[in-house]
Amino acid sequence: MRRPSKRASFTKGELIIQAVMLAAAVLVIWALAATALANLRARGMASGFEFLERPAGFQIAQSWIAYDPVDSHARVFLVGALNTLSVAAAGIVLATVIGVVAGVARRARSLVARGAASVYVEVARNTPLPIQLLVWYALITAAPPPRAALALGDAIFLTNRGLHLPSLTTAAPAWVLFFILGALGVGSALVLWALTARGATRHRRFVLKGAVVLGLAILGLAIRGVSLPHRTGFGFEGGLEVSPPLLSLLAALTFYTGGYIAEIVRGGLASVDRGQGEAAAALGLSPLQTVRLVTLPQALRVMAPPMVSQYLNLLKNSSLAVVVGYPDLVAVFGGTSLNQTGQAIETLGLVLVFFVAVSLTLSWAVNSWSRRQQRWSVR
Amino acid sequence: MSPPRPRPRQPLAQRMIDALRRRPLDAAAALAVLIMAAWIAPGLMRWAIIDATWTGETKAACTEGGACWAIVTSRWRQVLAGFYPKDHLWRVAAAALVLLAGVAPLLRRRTSGLALATAPAAVLLAYGVMEGAGVLPRAPTDYWGGFFLNLFIGLGASIFALPLGIALALGRTSRLPVVKGLCVAFIEVIRGSPLIVLLFAAAVVAPLFTPAGMTLDKLTRAMIVIILFEAAYMAEAVRGGLAGVPAGQVEAARALGLDRWRTLVFVVLPQALRIATPALVNSFIGLFKDTTLIYVIGVLDITGVLRNAVTDFAWQGLETEAYVFVAAVFWVFCFGLSRWSASLERRLSIPGKSA
Repeated sequence: MRRPSKRASFTKGELIIQAVMLAAAVLVIWALAATALANLRARGMASGFEFLERPAGFQIAQSWIAYDPVDSHARVFLVGALNTLSVAAAGIVLATVIGVVAGVARRARSLVARGAASVYVEVARNTPLPIQLLVWYALITAAPPPRAALALGDAIFLTNRGLHLPSLTTAAPAWVLFFILGALGVGSALVLWALTARGATRHRRFVLKGAVVLGLAILGLAIRGVSLPHRTGFGFEGGLEVSPPLLSLLAALTFYTGGYIAEIVRGGLASVDRGQGEAAAALGLSPLQTVRLVTLPQALRVMAPPMVSQYLNLLKNSSLAVVVGYPDLVAVFGGTSLNQTGQAIETLGLVLVFFVAVSLTLSWAVNSWSRRQQRWSVR
Repeated sequence: MSPPRPRPRQPLAQRMIDALRRRPLDAAAALAVLIMAAWIAPGLMRWAIIDATWTGETKAACTEGGACWAIVTSRWRQVLAGFYPKDHLWRVAAAALVLLAGVAPLLRRRTSGLALATAPAAVLLAYGVMEGAGVLPRAPTDYWGGFFLNLFIGLGASIFALPLGIALALGRTSRLPVVKGLCVAFIEVIRGSPLIVLLFAAAVVAPLFTPAGMTLDKLTRAMIVIILFEAAYMAEAVRGGLAGVPAGQVEAARALGLDRWRTLVFVVLPQALRIATPALVNSFIGLFKDTTLIYVIGVLDITGVLRNAVTDFAWQGLETEAYVFVAAVFWVFCFGLSRWSASLERRLSIPGKSA
């Protein structure tokens, strides 16, 4: 690779081109801003961010933190952002599970497993996500009413009002959410590190186990008990209720992204030279050890960057919540708050800043990780 | 180099018995999948085909237990072309043909640079045929719709996005910091944003950024946003192609005395685009699927038309049929394209160079 010298030197022509482009960019932005300001003034519309302090005045169907209509639009942003992050986190976990299973199945020896996985992947990847979401929503709202609920054991019930699951009752749901989001991030970083970093294995395993125990201990302190859903006159009480919008959104995001992840997993496994597995077997490693110590670490290096880009796609696609009415960031802040205040530039701008910031942070993290991996890759 | 001839295989029954003996657990799992398939498939067939209702003017015509495709067939004209004037449907067909004819040269094995110019011309011609352009009776974009609109947006936006994407990719690999910075900023901001938010912005915010007196209709505003969106994704596909061109190619071209522009146009870009073609096709498939989102800003594409249909009192409760139909239509197109893209990947791979 050619490395640019510390002090790049440019010809006169190159300097002129750059100056012209910079001037053009500034001019375009300035012209747009000036037009917008003139238009706003002509229509007597407000601008600026004072509206963030004003009370929102509307209800939000689901919130991880305390929220009341007298709370401010800034609080609405926070509620929406947490809903977006939580649905994305759940979708990422579920889609990874489905995707890994389907991806491994596509390389299975069994013809039936390969066939079933192929059908799934081709349907998931070749139909539009908005349509999948609408189909899931139609199917869920066509489920039987609560009095004829589809039951699995005496713990899980599916009705046209949503899915009722047993849940853990916790001291503070918001803190548990923060903890789970944090644990997901730190956990996946630790797993990647433990699987692919070089160095003392025993030391690494110790840190990993310590982190898991610590995480479970913290979670355990917050848990107060177990709650099972039970029938009441008109519906269900107790447990965790997953509303039809959330359930269909999760189902669609999982189904769709799982298909893409399956292909990444398949590609990652295929990228590892078959000789590596054979050599490991010849050295007397068990099949499980071969996968864990030889195949998977090498496949992960190939898989991590496209996986993160699928995770980011899932995060962005969670904004389809608008279609079924789940109160994510786009629906509550970019939708209801926008309609209440009329400040479209500010609300949609803040929504975009949120998504771009999360995307850039995550892709920066995975890029620096994969750059470090490349130094060690075997050529 | 031809692939090695496969080993002669044993008969299927023998292989299955062997597999059963060697791996009983796998066999059990396979059996479970087969039983499930045997349980689901007939029910699905009954619902979708055997017990289905195909024609009718209201929900009353539907039979219990089967799918009711009458919701689609009774509105086939809207499903294909939205609310375009009845007597002018030939214009929709003509515009679709012009669009496809414009794209076709881009898909040939050896794409000439000329196609990059004729394709946008075809899109503009299709627009003219649909809109009227002063020659035919005027049909504003508010009347456009149905599956034609998905095709128009998908193909039209991709065609305009491709040159822009190539320019952005070249800018991103530039050694001039200003050029590179601007391109990277544009690409990363767009790629970090959900399309639905950008579409909302096109619907609500864009009018604020156009000078007083100048108005663009909703479809044009959405088109511009989708072109910019797709350009950022195509730029990444082209960048992958540029990275795949060996450095020796540039050095050889320069050694032969080609200047920088000729090296780019005659040596680097043809190879880069060849490598990038499968990724570009995949990006198009993604965009084509995303065109079903346009209905959220009130443009009546195939989804919008059928969404209106299911909220109509005469057809309430037929959401599943309506959306399964849309999914099936897109599946046929996208599956075909993805197969074609995969075969392209094999054919276009540069000999002697593993991807």
